[in-house]
Amino acid sequence: MTTLTLSATSTQTSTQPSRNLLRDIRIVMLRELQPVLRDPFSLLFGMIQPLVFLALFGPLLSGSMGGTFGDGVWQWFVPSILVMTTLFGTSTTGANLLFEFQTGAHERMLVTPLSRSSLLIGRALKEMVPLFGQAVIVIAVMTPFAFDLHLGGALIGLALLAVFGVGLGSFSYALAIAVRKQDWMFWVVQQTFLFPLMILSGMLLPLETGPGWMRVAAKFNPLSYVVDAERTLFSGDVLSSAVLWGWVAAIVTAALGLTVGIRTMLRSAD
Amino acid sequence: MSVLEPLTEGEIVISTRALTRDFVVSRTETVHAVRGISLDVEPGELVAVLGPNGAGKTTTLRMLTTLITPTSGTARVAGYDVTTHPSQVRRRIGYVGQGNGAGHSQRVGDELVGQGVIYGHDRRTAKLRAGELLEALELKDLAQRKVSDLSGGQRRRLDVAMGLVHAPSLLFLDEPSTGLDPQNRANLWDHILRMREQYSMTIVLTTHYLDEADSMAERVVVVDHGEVIADDTADGLKAKLAGDRLAVTVAPGNIARLSELAEQLPGAREVIAVGDEVSVRVADGPAALPELVAAAQRGGVPIAAAQVHRPTLDDVFLNLTGRSLREDSNGKAA
Repeated sequence: MTTLTLSATSTQTSTQPSRNLLRDIRIVMLRELQPVLRDPFSLLFGMIQPLVFLALFGPLLSGSMGGTFGDGVWQWFVPSILVMTTLFGTSTTGANLLFEFQTGAHERMLVTPLSRSSLLIGRALKEMVPLFGQAVIVIAVMTPFAFDLHLGGALIGLALLAVFGVGLGSFSYALAIAVRKQDWMFWVVQQTFLFPLMILSGMLLPLETGPGWMRVAAKFNPLSYVVDAERTLFSGDVLSSAVLWGWVAAIVTAALGLTVGIRTMLRSAD
Repeated sequence: MSVLEPLTEGEIVISTRALTRDFVVSRTETVHAVRGISLDVEPGELVAVLGPNGAGKTTTLRMLTTLITPTSGTARVAGYDVTTHPSQVRRRIGYVGQGNGAGHSQRVGDELVGQGVIYGHDRRTAKLRAGELLEALELKDLAQRKVSDLSGGQRRRLDVAMGLVHAPSLLFLDEPSTGLDPQNRANLWDHILRMREQYSMTIVLTTHYLDEADSMAERVVVVDHGEVIADDTADGLKAKLAGDRLAVTVAPGNIARLSELAEQLPGAREVIAVGDEVSVRVADGPAALPELVAAAQRGGVPIAAAQVHRPTLDDVFLNLTGRSLREDSNGKAA
């Protein structure tokens, strides 16, 4: 039998330094990434999902409204797919937290000295990692086809998506915490928001051909600014005002999401 | 009194005064889950908080572990106030909740090492420590396994290991053995008691298993409707609140005569005759039985059979509340 006294004494000294928020965030983020990294197979499946959608929806789009797109359908649609991947990935991520509510892991972490805000921020930041991987794969696969890669614009586009994704992920966690006692509500609310947001952003089909009220509604949808900014950035135009509005939409979403998320996290043990 | 004074040798580990917690269910309904609990726990004690579902055990534990804040009253845990200095409390306590502390999608070793890092270890020390605990709790071969693939007993041992990573001097266990089969319960208890010895830990646990509180805890706090209704050793509670029960069988014609004799025993109460058996509650069963037998012989009442039933904690609870702990199930989570 090993004696446990050795590290028992070392604990006394090592737990004393005051908490560092960045360290806490890193701990939470790495913990969230661990299962993904341990299971490359599921990672791979997640990575090719956007490609499947791209391969199935892209040709339809080009067939039915090929004439609408100046630069060609892929130039228009690849940025859409990247935003869509972000939208789906981050808006569903609250389900992971719901699961940890049910099993008890979240409660355990609430009793540790980890700061409450790191429990949210670390989780939200983790979303950027698989997202980045998916984006790289989509771009790498599409570039040999009729897709023009402008590296600078693409990198800024991914950064913008990451900021937007942190905000959306935070909202998803906040929703998970809010409905934790009736967890099926999570999917009801998530779906209710997801589809209007998606359609009213012109992500999958251009709104230019839609009725006027839809174009008005799109003006109030932060996602449409992100979509516009991504298309502009991926076409290589870095200095357009559409990009600026995209950043405003992403930063406001992130700021609001983190604020709401951290607030709900503080009350998540009640 | 300075709130920032850390715990010193011999100081009380847990001290609550008039601790209450209400839950507002709707505009018209407020549940008073805990109604004024005052409790002191000294270093090294093993205290079982016993009560039916909905009694307020878990709510009390959640306040002591800083998960929820009290509606009123105070609680000092490990030297710090839970409301004003929750992070100080969190550093010093271990907690094993009703659920699984280790994430189901994680690997056993990863979660243990991660828990060490959370408490301030560097990765090397955390790995060393995780190795020790895996060995001590018989989980050594499972380090690479996913938590969801473990059996119920293994998962519970892992939960305990997670709670012990930082070698806390105070450990809270919320229904540690619920859902385990008898072998796994006994095995888990072996581990908990050995760890307690090794760390000279103070342990506070909740349970609704009577036998568990009876055999493991040195002190039993009975909680009902959000209040402490008894607080003593298990034996003390049983002697004071229930007493032993004598059951004596005679020929049917002698029932009335024997009942009279039973009532004359010192401290006799609850003399009940059912069929050909007379039962009587006394303080000291083993001493009273020969007395009753001798009296019956003198009075010419032949005795067919005689037994002493030692009381259970259920008898204690029945005595205190008029309800049986076993039958109680108002369905509300505590």
